Amino acid sequence: MIRVLLPAHLRTLARVEGEVKLDVEGKATQRSVFDALEASYPMLRGTIRDQVTHERRAFVRFFACEEDLSQESPDDLLPEAVATGAEPLLVVGAMAGG
Amino acid sequence: MSRVRVLVGTRKGAFILTADGKRQKWDVSGPHFGGWEIYHLKGSPADPNRIYASQSSSWFGQVIQRSSDGGKTWETVGNKFTYEGAVGNHLWYDGTQRPFEFARVWHLEPSLTDPDTAYAGIQDAALFQTTDGGQTWRELPALRNHPSAAAWQPGAGGMCLHTILLDPSHPGRIFIAISAAGVFRSDDAGESWRPINRGLRSEQIPDPTAEVGHCVHRIAMHPSRPSVLFMQKHWDVMRSDDAGESWTDVGGNLPTDFGFPIDVHSHEPNTIYVVPIKSDSEHYVPDAKLRVYRSRTGGHEWEALTKGLPQRHCYVNVLRDSMAVDALDPCGVYFGTSGGQVYGSADAGDSWAPIVRDLPPVVSVEAQTLP
Repeated sequence: MIRVLLPAHLRTLARVEGEVKLDVEGKATQRSVFDALEASYPMLRGTIRDQVTHERRAFVRFFACEEDLSQESPDDLLPEAVATGAEPLLVVGAMAGG
Repeated sequence: MSRVRVLVGTRKGAFILTADGKRQKWDVSGPHFGGWEIYHLKGSPADPNRIYASQSSSWFGQVIQRSSDGGKTWETVGNKFTYEGAVGNHLWYDGTQRPFEFARVWHLEPSLTDPDTAYAGIQDAALFQTTDGGQTWRELPALRNHPSAAAWQPGAGGMCLHTILLDPSHPGRIFIAISAAGVFRSDDAGESWRPINRGLRSEQIPDPTAEVGHCVHRIAMHPSRPSVLFMQKHWDVMRSDDAGESWTDVGGNLPTDFGFPIDVHSHEPNTIYVVPIKSDSEHYVPDAKLRVYRSRTGGHEWEALTKGLPQRHCYVNVLRDSMAVDALDPCGVYFGTSGGQVYGSADAGDSWAPIVRDLPPVVSVEAQTLP
């Protein structure tokens, strides 16, 4: 079970409260987690990563275990604590005013 | 008694304003999709309870929402807008070529006859269509593949396809407008296009009478007379009496002919409305007075409509998609401002009153007349 905490706007869009819990097949990577997230919540397609290239949107960051994982390869293994559900993967909208 | 529903898109959500036929007391619902930019909402002429909404954010991209109950509830539908085939280039601000890149949906135009069919005008400029109620979107690529596309360039707001007019008398005839390219017409449902900008003159481009490159802000038609088009260009208010084959300046006695919206009275095809803005470098109303100008002669002769509108210390703008008319008699006219006011007139513009005063900056206004 992998825990994902979405930013407020995406929680509203996906109509979820709190963390999303996902069963992820195979290795826990950004790609496998977001594949599972988008399969469960199709309305999130295109909001975190590009629909075609699957590249992270420019103003979205991925944090976990007090580390910024945004620049990691989408196929790198996520930290063990995320893979076991001990820690959530945080999807964060970049800070900005307005 | 008939009712009116006014759909308002703002920088921070959508609002729905409803009233009975008297249009004196309004209910306000919203914000829907609070915090997101709502560039446009529009209801289907074939089923007024079917409404499409363009929801977007710089962080999380484009979302399309659809309602089947007049905006009470919404569901997300398809948001994949992928250019068809080779993407191609357009002109960038610095004179270089740059590939077309999807940014957002500016305008949604539902079909006149089928609630599940709608068109989307996007930035960078292209035209998309859905025939399944928004679940999937397919580009009509002939427009973007037009040989002139390499010369299209963005206006200050981006290179947007912002106006889509469907001709009710000629099935398959579509007019679209792009900033800054101009107006294009298709007579075969989008299979082919040609620019229709003869008569336009824009001093801001190297060749002021070029076939493309004009910053057209908005075009409008009356459904009973679809070969007559009205245009608010960057500067100049224009008219065509031959479905866009040629244009003439009808700015007449306007205090300034810069502006964004233009619309046509629902029962008088020769009565049109604009909101003059001081200049392209001062995007607010002239003389600190908010005035709608009405021409009952299809242009040239204009009268200022001021009753109920602020006539001092006013510095708002009215964007291109932010004016609409209802189909009641007398005709209702509505517009929204950068200051978050939505004004309505239940007497064709003779007098005005704010429906709401303190919304986020208004991006779009559409009016639906309900049985």
